[in-house]
Amino acid sequence: MTFLELKDLRIHFPTDDGLVKSVDGLSYSLERGKTLGIVGESGSGKSVTSLGILGLHKGGPAKISGEIWLDGEELVSASAEHVRTLRGKKMAMIFQDPLSAMHPFYTVGAQIIEAYRIHHNVSKKVARKHAIDMLDRVGIPQPDRRVDSYPHEFSGGMRQRAMIAMALSCDPELLIADEPTTALDVTVQAQILDLMRDLQRDFNAALIIITHDLGVVAELSDDILVMYAGKAIEYGTAEDIFERPEHPYTWGLLGSMPRLDRERTERLVPIKGTPPSLINVPQGCAFHPRCAYEDRTGGKSTTEVPALLESEGGHLVRCHLPRDVRRAVWENEIKPNLEAS
Amino acid sequence: MVTYIIRRLIWAAAMLTIVSIVTFAIFFLVPRLAGATPESLATRYVGRTANAEQVKIAAEKLGFYDPLVVQYGRFAKGIVAGSEYDYGPGVEQCPAPCFGYSFLTRLPVWPDLLDRVPVTMSLALGAAVIWVLAGVATGVVSALRRGSFFDRAAMTVALGGVSLPIFFTGMASLVVFSYGYPFEITAPGGSFTPFFENPVDWAYSLILPWITLAFLYAAGYARLTRAGMLETMNEDYIRTARAKGLAERTVVLKHGLRGALTPILTIFGLDVGLLLGGAVLTESTYSLPGMGKYAIDAINSQDLPKVMGVVLFAAFFVVVANLIVDLLYAVVDPRVRLS
Amino acid sequence: MTDPLLSVQNLQKHFPITKGLLKRQVGAVKAVDGVSFDVVKGETIGLVGESGCGKTTTGRLITRLIEPTGGKIVFEGHDITHASQGRMRPLRRDVQMIFQDPYSSLNPRHTVGAIVGAPFRIQGIKTEQGTKKAVQEILELVGLNPEHYNRYPHEFSGGQRQRIGIARTLALKPKLIIADEPVSALDVSIQAQVVNLLEDLQNELDLTYVVIAHDLSVVRHISDRVAVMYLGKIVELADRKSLYESPMHPYTNALLSAVPIPDPKRRKERERIRLQGDVPSPLNPPPACRFHTRCWKAQEICSQVEPPLLALATGHQVACHFPENAPAPGAVSTTGEGLVTADGGPAAGDGTAAE
Repeated sequence: MTFLELKDLRIHFPTDDGLVKSVDGLSYSLERGKTLGIVGESGSGKSVTSLGILGLHKGGPAKISGEIWLDGEELVSASAEHVRTLRGKKMAMIFQDPLSAMHPFYTVGAQIIEAYRIHHNVSKKVARKHAIDMLDRVGIPQPDRRVDSYPHEFSGGMRQRAMIAMALSCDPELLIADEPTTALDVTVQAQILDLMRDLQRDFNAALIIITHDLGVVAELSDDILVMYAGKAIEYGTAEDIFERPEHPYTWGLLGSMPRLDRERTERLVPIKGTPPSLINVPQGCAFHPRCAYEDRTGGKSTTEVPALLESEGGHLVRCHLPRDVRRAVWENEIKPNLEAS
Repeated sequence: MVTYIIRRLIWAAAMLTIVSIVTFAIFFLVPRLAGATPESLATRYVGRTANAEQVKIAAEKLGFYDPLVVQYGRFAKGIVAGSEYDYGPGVEQCPAPCFGYSFLTRLPVWPDLLDRVPVTMSLALGAAVIWVLAGVATGVVSALRRGSFFDRAAMTVALGGVSLPIFFTGMASLVVFSYGYPFEITAPGGSFTPFFENPVDWAYSLILPWITLAFLYAAGYARLTRAGMLETMNEDYIRTARAKGLAERTVVLKHGLRGALTPILTIFGLDVGLLLGGAVLTESTYSLPGMGKYAIDAINSQDLPKVMGVVLFAAFFVVVANLIVDLLYAVVDPRVRLS
Repeated sequence: MTDPLLSVQNLQKHFPITKGLLKRQVGAVKAVDGVSFDVVKGETIGLVGESGCGKTTTGRLITRLIEPTGGKIVFEGHDITHASQGRMRPLRRDVQMIFQDPYSSLNPRHTVGAIVGAPFRIQGIKTEQGTKKAVQEILELVGLNPEHYNRYPHEFSGGQRQRIGIARTLALKPKLIIADEPVSALDVSIQAQVVNLLEDLQNELDLTYVVIAHDLSVVRHISDRVAVMYLGKIVELADRKSLYESPMHPYTNALLSAVPIPDPKRRKERERIRLQGDVPSPLNPPPACRFHTRCWKAQEICSQVEPPLLALATGHQVACHFPENAPAPGAVSTTGEGLVTADGGPAAGDGTAAE
């Protein structure tokens, strides 16, 4: 049985301006001990998806449909109270900015203790011992003293460690990290990525890491899902996405990014235009106004929404371009440009 | 933390000094600038029937010919250490804190003021409990059900509460309840039963003033709490609390309200401080013998020492309330302790 | 050698810390503590470092948004360190700043035309065919539709807003632009557009840039020379190629090694330097070499003697007692300043400590 499986998940928010289709027909699955990286730009729906899994998508009357299967249980139709008992225990989340994600008026220890005692009927003393152990585990020095510190007394890196300790305090089986290192300095980011990799191995949890940083996903992920305008546009193993990407948007992301591991290219190759509004998603393929190869689809791109189809061995692509064309374009037109000129 | 407290204390003392200087200036310097002579000031003490010679002697004895700085010094010394008054018939002792003698009754102001404190305190604190509970609860529910019927109804009532003056709501309540709708509460009509004498009578004599006063404030607090809750419930740490699996009630009360209450605490301290100096309108409406009533009576009878006494006493409450709020702030928000 | 357009000499900015009842000054945050570099006309110099390293403060000092505590700022041969507001006014035309957040740096109540045209009005410049025409030309230059002259900032996406911010700085044909994290608030695909735009503008308008950023890959792409800062000091300054290919300072090495590489194949084989802990507080920086508390090569001397910023190779300055990738002493002629004379001299790079 698959540990986590999303089937045709849709999360729509009615607003005064129209229906915001934040997530629009998303399906994927993830096993224990594996890491899925979800990549996309702002407004791609990557964060809303994971909030939806935890039942935390807010904004009033959000409309959610589809299925979320977690370890044999369906969550979309489950009661809010039942999903609440799973939150923190079975599935936990790490947020982007640890300063604003922790309550400024309670000590770090109190917040971990609280998280632990929701799901474990133990005394405060036992929970405190556990909190200290968790802080020690995530590499916070002098945890028995730091447990009584307030979040603002921690440095950025320490705060994110404490946040991780809090998320892991109930030994969750699914851990979702939303931009866990974006607010951190690069040397601290490296420490946190190492820590997450080690902890995931120890806890054997399924890890979803949401980020806009292709470097971060490449460091951690087994599988990668690229999202655009609420839909998955490409899905595959990390090697598929970085070695043999087949979607023009993925090419665009790779071309936009200056890289330290290659010779410096003279010029970056950006994607033209800007990400679409989720209220007025372009007809047909949502990416077509920004796509450089749109003219090779024979006009289909403006009329028909492409399906997410398997290209080879579990590598899924949502594109009207024929597979051979995609591969040829990557090999001949894109890849050489990414290497140094 | 200790430095923080000491610094606050020094501030409070400085504020009180400044208030006393300003008060003194208003009552002694400004009249002089406006053309009053020492004699015309002294007339008030000896009465209009006295002849010019008597007035002159009184002005001499009261020290009105001294430079203003010296006069202020004497005034301040009276408050701190007490002073003696010589009205002619004999020297009277005025123990510290001495705010002088009433023109009308010839009695020292301070014991008079002290008599009024229990009334005002009962009124202010009782009303404060009601308005905080009612206002905050309404605000929280309104925020959580934004746009609902309850929210709109509560906010409309709150708008009324903020805009209707006490002498209207107070009079209205008097009229309604004295006719026995929906039940009869006899207006206190100037009577006040101290708490320790008979708590039931005490509460009964204050119930209408409490409700009237609390209505005014509860309305403001409801709006403030609602705004604060709407803001804090959008904070990232609320999402974190939910992600832990906390029950919604705990999320709202322990995480949301705690964050929203800090600004309310500040205003609460100031409001209570102000009221302790006299709830003028409420006390007048219900004829409660509190500080506010005292102040109004003093002003009406142009009893200068009484007015000064009330002003300084009220300022004292405001400054102390401010001090307590500042200290509480450090308890509530650990980030304040740093600075 | 031509005179530099901008010369920063031993620049310092200390923010006082007060304590106690009387607000006595008990110390200072040495946000910028003795920074020197030159910027030659037409080049791009990148300032990189982590939070608290003083890169943003340096940028604000150069534009004189804040007053320096010490040191000298020379622009086109004029000492502008303490120039008065009046004397700064013409200079403000020549030195412009691009800010990080395109959402908060544009007044939401002004139209694009008003925002981009404001510099003309403030400086009292008469344009040939009127301000509107001039503004529209600039809008076109930065890739915006000139017909959007009357729109408000909220009608634009993040990338377009950053273009508006750039247009505003270009209005007065500046010579030097200080760009503080110009792309870090933008989506990846938009980042590349803005980076390319900055490069195009540099070529067309003969601009000189000081780019302040934390993203090492962006800095490498855009800069000709790069200065690495740590706790208020420059620890290494070199041309792009030598800094990225043979970094000498251990901190630079660690920074480069910490950048995640978008190549899943190489994540296992990569050797990494992992620094321990966070950057220390600039309030109480470690003595002597400020990096010694996190440095794996640190020895006793590092906590006692502050290493000077010396040129160990042509155009490659580093402040370290034990630099890596350094040529053997005496092998390279230096540009005036003497080589390290400490006992034993700098050791040649002995590789990086692998994890």
